[in-house]
Amino acid sequence: MTLTQKIIASKSGQSTVRAGQIVRASVDVALANDITAPVSIRELEKFENKVCDPDRVVFVLDHFTPNKDIKSAENCRFIRDFCSEHGIEKCYHGAEAGIEHALLPEQGLVLPGQLILGADSHTCTYGALNAFSTGVGSTDLAVAIKTGECWLKVPSAIKIVLAGNFRKYVSGKDLILHIIGLIGVDGAAYRSIEFCGDTQALSIDDKFTVCNMGVEAGAKNCIFPADETVTEYVQAHNMCGRPYRVFEADPDAEYEKTIYIDLSELDPVVAYPHLPSNIKSVYDAEKDRIRLDQVVIGSCTNGRYSDLEAAADILRGKKVSSHVRTIIIPATPEIYKKAIKNGLMEVFTESGCIISPPTCGPCLGGFMGILADTEKCASTTNRNFVGRMGHTGSEVYLCSPAVAAQSAVEGIISAPKGDE
Amino acid sequence: MGKVFKYGDNVDTDVIIPARYLNAYQPSELAEHCMEDIDRSFSKEVKYGDIIVAGENFGSGSSREHAPLAISACGVCAVIAKSFARIFYRNAINIGLPIFECTEAVDKISAGDEILVDLKTGEINNITKGETYNAEPFPDFIAELIDDGGLVNHVLKRGRI
Repeated sequence: MTLTQKIIASKSGQSTVRAGQIVRASVDVALANDITAPVSIRELEKFENKVCDPDRVVFVLDHFTPNKDIKSAENCRFIRDFCSEHGIEKCYHGAEAGIEHALLPEQGLVLPGQLILGADSHTCTYGALNAFSTGVGSTDLAVAIKTGECWLKVPSAIKIVLAGNFRKYVSGKDLILHIIGLIGVDGAAYRSIEFCGDTQALSIDDKFTVCNMGVEAGAKNCIFPADETVTEYVQAHNMCGRPYRVFEADPDAEYEKTIYIDLSELDPVVAYPHLPSNIKSVYDAEKDRIRLDQVVIGSCTNGRYSDLEAAADILRGKKVSSHVRTIIIPATPEIYKKAIKNGLMEVFTESGCIISPPTCGPCLGGFMGILADTEKCASTTNRNFVGRMGHTGSEVYLCSPAVAAQSAVEGIISAPKGDE
Repeated sequence: MGKVFKYGDNVDTDVIIPARYLNAYQPSELAEHCMEDIDRSFSKEVKYGDIIVAGENFGSGSSREHAPLAISACGVCAVIAKSFARIFYRNAINIGLPIFECTEAVDKISAGDEILVDLKTGEINNITKGETYNAEPFPDFIAELIDDGGLVNHVLKRGRI
């Protein structure tokens, strides 16, 4: 069995499962946010006993918060009231809220070997921690909250074998955009993407970024083996010392195809509008002299501390272009505090950036950085669909924090250069 | 019988229901903005019983169930596509929006054709062109979910998934 299949087998109480089989599996964490939770709660109201185990439910109010308008505020209150009524303690709001897929690992709420279901497509992020983790809709989530279970079609898998090390300014974001460019936006549809080989070359934050965007290739889940970066991270964040089990693929696991990637051969890349698969090397992209109106550095994809650090290393002592609104969004309150403590926030304010509280806001065209017609934005977020960040005539170019920061300084999409 | 609205590949959930409207979750409110960023006139022209036909990877992107809810609340009786993104596929079945995978139908049906879909058998009759196509059958478990009227009704009826 593949790594994913072994976790699904363990969660469905079977010794073995095969691709295509439909199983009923137990859910360790059921996650929703301020957009998807109200729909789940409305479905839950059809049941008499609504919550099977409040401890397995996590709500993070991160998309339209701090509340952007009256309706959003009403939705958040609706969720908080439901949590109070049903004893759900893990409802992160106000100053405790961060972007869910950065917050849950940081708070030790997701562990290796778990089955995590989230009413948010980027729930696939937690595969970085050797968990089976996938996005679903609000009704699936409601039923997981009610019954503690979900139904799953056991996926087949694509294996990606990594070798080598990134060159300077190349990161997990470039790797996943490269993969999406290679296999297409539905190239992994209904399948797992399983990484193996020199996975140690990727930091844990790179692994989060890579798994986060697996859904942009249509994947059901993305998953890494529990190498040292994973176990070290888990040990540091599993505050309550909860037990967990790591899984590995069988040596004879069957894969639909195998892709070999030498990390040292990758360039930083940019995904042009309007698909994440539409990639170009940044060295070619800079020849297009794409004049920017906005840069966003943040999101569940690239709003972690190391992402802010990569941006600050480029912005230190420089000013962002006068025509580029450069918005920095630390993904969680902990990241925000660490960035203040270590002087990153000073770098950002001195270079002319705008600092936002943790929120998904602009990534999905919610608020805090909406684009006008014809405006162009280089963004470390995950989607560049038509109208994703505002007007349908606007354009989003996806890239890493290093490319975004250099581009903010130059005013056009640019390759990170450094001082050497 | 209904009229076809036809779209291409990768119709994502951001164009089906833009996020700026996700502060609402009442289906009728979502319906007013359905497909707005890809087809501004859709929500005004669509009538009860009409059908959406599209290419590969329909419903890609976010997990928002608001997307199939908006389509369903517009009166659309079925979506026929070459393939569906997996979260949209689950969501449509869970909420009782009929969906069918049929490459032949998508290749041969034109926008504005009048078609009749047998929701039980997946037989698609193109009245305008006088043709018949057959959609891929659902696996047994999914057919059972559809018969029960979606996932919540399935659990209400059977006491578990």
